[in-house]
Amino acid sequence: MAHAEQASTADGHIPHGDFRSYMTGFVLSVILTAIPFIIVMSGGFESRALTALVVLLFAVVQIVVHMIYFLHMNLNAEGGWTVISLVFTLIVLIICLAGTIWVMHNMDSNMMPDMIEMIEGKGDAGQGESDVPGQDMSPGK
Amino acid sequence: MSSTMETSPDQARVWHLDEEPHHEEGHSTPLGFWMYLMSDCLIFAILFATYAVLGDRYGGGPDQKALFDLWLIALNTAMLLLSSITYGFAMLHMDRGNQQGLRKWLLITAAFGAAFLVIELYEFYHLIHAGYGPSRSAFLSSFFALVGTHGLHVTFGIVWLFVLLAQIKKHGLTNSNKRRVETLSMFWHFLDVIWIGVFTIVYLMGTI
Repeated sequence: MAHAEQASTADGHIPHGDFRSYMTGFVLSVILTAIPFIIVMSGGFESRALTALVVLLFAVVQIVVHMIYFLHMNLNAEGGWTVISLVFTLIVLIICLAGTIWVMHNMDSNMMPDMIEMIEGKGDAGQGESDVPGQDMSPGK
Repeated sequence: MSSTMETSPDQARVWHLDEEPHHEEGHSTPLGFWMYLMSDCLIFAILFATYAVLGDRYGGGPDQKALFDLWLIALNTAMLLLSSITYGFAMLHMDRGNQQGLRKWLLITAAFGAAFLVIELYEFYHLIHAGYGPSRSAFLSSFFALVGTHGLHVTFGIVWLFVLLAQIKKHGLTNSNKRRVETLSMFWHFLDVIWIGVFTIVYLMGTI
C-alpha cells in the first residue's frame, strides 16, 4: 500500500500514484466487483440476508480500495485535513442514513392498515362494503 | 509578530509575520475540491436514504427483480471502472509531461464515460417506454432521482473533460491545467465510488 503515496509532490498538489498502484487498484476493483455480481446472478446464498451482507461488505472494501489507489487518500495528505473532512462527512452521513431509515421505518410500522391500503392502491377492493373508502381518515375508525 | 517596532506616532502601525507565508496560486484547490466532494457525498447520502425508505413502495407496479437486467449493469459498471483506470493512465502521462499521451487517454476516458451514459440512457428509455417512468411508483421516483443524479454528474464530468482538453490544446500543460486535470481526476474517481454504492444497493441488493 505504501507505494501509492510515494509520488506526492511537495507543493501541496494531490499525490499521484504510479503505474503499479493504478493497476493494483484496477485489478482489485475488478475482482471486488465481479464476485458480488457472480454471487447475485447465480442466485445468491440460501439466506437473503447473508447474501445482502456479503455484497455490502464487498462494496465497502471496494470503496476503500478506490480511496487508496485512485483517490490517493492517505493520513498525511493536506496535513490530515482530507481525512478529517472525510471522517466528519462519514459521521454526518451515518446520522442522516441511520436516522432517516430509523424514523421512517418507525412511522411506517405505526401506520394504520387502512392508510397503507390507501397508499398501495388496494383500497378499492372493499368498495361495496360500507361508505366510500379512503374518505374516512379519522383515527377513531 | 510581537516584536516592537520603531515607528513615529503619526505613522500607522504595521505588523509583519516573522516569515511571510508564501502560497503558490491554487495551492488550496485540492483540499477545497475535496470539501466539495464531501458535500456532494451528502447529497448522494440523502438520495440513498430516500431510496432505502421508498425502495419497496411499488404502488402495485413492478419491483426491482422485474425491471433490472444485471448483465446491463455489469457492462455499465465495467465501462465506469475502465474509465477510472484510463484516467489513471492520463495522470501518469501528465506526470511525465507527455501532452499527447495525456490528451489521448483523456479522450479514451471520455469515450468510456459516454458509453456508460449511453447504456444508462438506454435503460431509462427502456423503462419509461414500458410505462415505468419516475411517476409510476415511489420506488421508481427514488430510483430515477438517485441514478439520474449520478448520471448527471457523469455528464458534467464529460463536459468538464472536453473543456479541459480544449484548454490543454490552447495553453499547453501549464500549472493551472495540471491542477485542473488533478481536480477532475478526483471528481471522476469519486463518481466511480458513488457508483459502487449504486450498483450494490440499488441493483445487486434489489435483485437478490
